[in-house]
Amino acid sequence: MSRVTKRFEKLKAEGRAGLITYVTAGDPNLDVSYEILKGLPAAGADLIELGMPFTDPMADGPSIQAAGQRALKAGISMDRTFAMVRRFRAETRDEETPILLMGYYNMIYQRGAQKFCADAKAAGVDGFIIVDLPPEEADQLKPHAEANGLDTVLLTAPTTDAKRLPAVLKFASGFVYFVSVLGITGTKSSTAEAIQGHVARLRTQTKLPIGVGFGIRTPDQAADVARVADAAVVGSAIVERVKAGLDDKGAPKPDLLPGVFSYIRALSEGVRSARRS
Amino acid sequence: MNALNSYRAGPDERGHFGIFGGRYVAETLMPLILDLEKAYEAAKVDPAFKAELEKLNTHYAGRPSPLYFAERLTAELGGAKIYFKRDELNHTGSHKINNVLGQVLLAKRMGKTRVIAETGAGQHGVATATACALFNIPCVVFMGSVDVERQAPNVFRMKMLGAEVRPVTAGSATLKDAMNEALRDWVATVETTFYCIGTVAGPHPYPSMVRDFQSVIGKETREQMMAAEGRLPDTLVACIGGGSNAMGLFHPFLDDKDVRIIGVEAGGKGVHTGEHAASLTGGRPGVLHGNLTYLLQDSDGQITEAHSISAGLDYPGIGPEHAWLKDVGRVEYVSATDDEALAAFQKLSRVEGIIPALEPAHALAHVLKLAPSLPKNNLLVMNLCGRGDKDVFAVAERLGVKL
Repeated sequence: MSRVTKRFEKLKAEGRAGLITYVTAGDPNLDVSYEILKGLPAAGADLIELGMPFTDPMADGPSIQAAGQRALKAGISMDRTFAMVRRFRAETRDEETPILLMGYYNMIYQRGAQKFCADAKAAGVDGFIIVDLPPEEADQLKPHAEANGLDTVLLTAPTTDAKRLPAVLKFASGFVYFVSVLGITGTKSSTAEAIQGHVARLRTQTKLPIGVGFGIRTPDQAADVARVADAAVVGSAIVERVKAGLDDKGAPKPDLLPGVFSYIRALSEGVRSARRS
Repeated sequence: MNALNSYRAGPDERGHFGIFGGRYVAETLMPLILDLEKAYEAAKVDPAFKAELEKLNTHYAGRPSPLYFAERLTAELGGAKIYFKRDELNHTGSHKINNVLGQVLLAKRMGKTRVIAETGAGQHGVATATACALFNIPCVVFMGSVDVERQAPNVFRMKMLGAEVRPVTAGSATLKDAMNEALRDWVATVETTFYCIGTVAGPHPYPSMVRDFQSVIGKETREQMMAAEGRLPDTLVACIGGGSNAMGLFHPFLDDKDVRIIGVEAGGKGVHTGEHAASLTGGRPGVLHGNLTYLLQDSDGQITEAHSISAGLDYPGIGPEHAWLKDVGRVEYVSATDDEALAAFQKLSRVEGIIPALEPAHALAHVLKLAPSLPKNNLLVMNLCGRGDKDVFAVAERLGVKL
């Protein structure tokens, strides 16, 4: 059983939804980025999405675009991203928190899907969320991911109709990521009612856990999602807290880490409180 | 020739030309891209759609464009007999209108109420704004802020035509970034908006759809050359950014094995300098903007910035069908530098009285090198795909002339 599946079973046993936090690898620099990664589980992250910066992030809004630029400027690379995960597993001894790499397919294609999956597994990665790899092209990655016990989390969108959904689910493992808005990351939010309807529709077709993301910015919004879905994904709003911790010259201020972690604790509290009342 | 040994049979039903092409897009777009494919397949075989497009091509765009024998240039170079396919004489001044009329007709047929486009040199933006004015559809054009500056006349044209021009400051602020921003807009507006891509790139069905609309160039060339010389041409030359004018000329000739076909990429300051836009000569396969193709990139897959004096060729990728034609060896791909293109720009102005756009000036630069070595009975056709009015300010500046 993969770490992702185990984590969702544990959440189910606890009777609550999970918080999935997205951070960009290498943002704002390699050292601080590692400190953020290391502190995420204690701050309340149940699963971690680690963004692989790309020069041309077509599905991302301004916040995550800027984070990727900061990381690339700081010298992030795929080797260094894998090294971050390896160090996380070695230093924290955390063998339970799943880490999923999120990004664009060219990073995988350049290394070759087979080698990329082997390197990811060896580093302690648990799976992938690849924004520009729809089921139509996913057969390139799936066999290599499976051979290494890595989950492939596919995205579904409001535009994914009932006829198309089985094709998406065929390649999905770990959980299903529902993109709750038509749009790019971090720009607009959906309503609790609309999300509820989409999640109910998804549940009729899959037994996989369902995570909902895009546009969740506040503990209340995270709680709304946690009432109906199995996990709430927060990305842009966290990345904006990283940016808020930088001075005019882009150097990290002492309150960067506390600022990021206190925000994640608030989100986590929102998610944990959702089903108590 | 059957489909198995034809160079014209691609793509397959998943949009692949060999390993190239495909549909690498966010799931949000995927269902709509499948709708687009269905709508295009239906339109393609609908006589009413074809008739409407032909009518527009004839009476609005001014097709067929002439196939012109460049007698003075031929005499001066002393080799191949040089013909220009005069697509710079089309309405809006380039081949871009061929594709745009087709796509905007399709948008109307699909009931879309808004059109977006990306543009580099501004030619595709102007063509899209033109068609949208004609069909009374709101139009937004994304353009890198660097290009907004170096192609100011076209920005003004688009605005005159009623389009909104959105400058893009992200990344290198050129064509690739304009395309990123157009894709971001499209993801958020996909139910009402038609994305009119300007070249033979992007997710399937764009590369083949744009090729089909541009193939009017090659089809006319065949007929015109038969009428002028009683046989097919020997050599075809066209410039390549994304590759739409080249594909339009080349595609109808791909199975004529005696026709030598040459694509000319933008060599910038020279391919060896690293500052160029020659993705086939200096790049490797990778995934960007919805398709797998040759890209300028580093070892991790980060896209590197293209460089060219021509905003229309300043793109780190290339249409996937060109990538495939390179790998199977059917088409030769070479490059011409900024300086060679500038020299060709001036030469054509003086020798033939035609001011070409900087894009086809790259093709001409190669013709200047190649033609003298070819026999006098070698029939060479170069696609003169755009006129140079838009470039006069940039060229004057480069030549140190204050206007």
